[in-house]
Amino acid sequence: MRLERRAAMATLLAGRDDNLLVIPGLGSTAWDAAAAGDNDRNFYLWGAMGGAAMIGLGLALAQPRRRVAVITGDGEMLMGLGSLATIGIQKPRNLAVIVFDNGVYGETGMQPSHTQSGVDLIAVAGACGIATCLDVREEGALANLAQRLKTLNETLFARVLIAAEEPPRVLPLRDGVALKERFRAALGVRA
Amino acid sequence: MSERNPDWPDRLFESLKRAGVRQVGYVPDAGHARLIECVRADSEIHDVALTTEEEGVALAAGAWLGGERAALLMQSSGVGNCINMFSLARTCRFPMLMFITMRGEWEEFNPWQVPMGSIVDPVLKLCETEVYRANTSGEVAGAAERAIQQAFGNEGIAAVILSQQLIGKKVWTK
Repeated sequence: MRLERRAAMATLLAGRDDNLLVIPGLGSTAWDAAAAGDNDRNFYLWGAMGGAAMIGLGLALAQPRRRVAVITGDGEMLMGLGSLATIGIQKPRNLAVIVFDNGVYGETGMQPSHTQSGVDLIAVAGACGIATCLDVREEGALANLAQRLKTLNETLFARVLIAAEEPPRVLPLRDGVALKERFRAALGVRA
Repeated sequence: MSERNPDWPDRLFESLKRAGVRQVGYVPDAGHARLIECVRADSEIHDVALTTEEEGVALAAGAWLGGERAALLMQSSGVGNCINMFSLARTCRFPMLMFITMRGEWEEFNPWQVPMGSIVDPVLKLCETEVYRANTSGEVAGAAERAIQQAFGNEGIAAVILSQQLIGKKVWTK
């Protein structure tokens, strides 16, 4: 069974508190996060393909008292597979890497990704040393993942199997400097 | 000639500490070996071993989002791995502070190091990087201070090039 992506994102982010920081990967997951409700604590990626998980790592290390959720697509994750190895040895307790896996590159015309031909991102994450790796393919497991995000206390990886569909785009703010500044202002940080 | 047991890595480490750097991303490198040791031994700094240098660009962006300063240590070949990820720093004005050990210039034995080593400067400049070169150990601390100011004061991209003459050539026969 495959979940509907907009509903899945809405479930994961419903009732979020100010200590949940979200890095939506470029492409459809950024539109999904914007559709779920814009938030100063979202840093949407319009580029930097392959970098979402590592941005999450840097943020998680800098903000140990807050929880970080990277929510990205299978294509974006595949471009940065090495970052799972890097995260696997750092093991920050406040980082979740969640991959919406539809087996296709939706933004470029639904060409098949490696996951459609058997590459198993859960097995990769586990082999990289991430102890908790969840296979989310139905509503109960999704609700469990949403609950875990509220009390995250371990490095977590989850693959959420979603249907290959293209809901209408909901475009977030596109100005990178503005996204950065409002995110930092929301956290009250300076460095 | 390069020195044996030079002290510039320790001076560089002191500069990073003074600047309040809390995350250091690196790919293991002979030229940076001493500095990496210092970073790993420091309890205030997260040392993050990377599988490829572009991970470090994303790491530093995430650190700044969370209010921490990061620095990246890499070899000249690593600059090539970073080019597309520099878009993140250029679009969003994330500070990028890089210390780059050179290969492929002075007395290089391995010709495979030359193609990337020979284009590090122009590639960095095309990516809107302020480049500061240190050819002698006496030039390292000053270059580091200017780079730190450009990165964190100006939210810009800054690279200190540590020349192969400074680091010493790789010994191939023992």
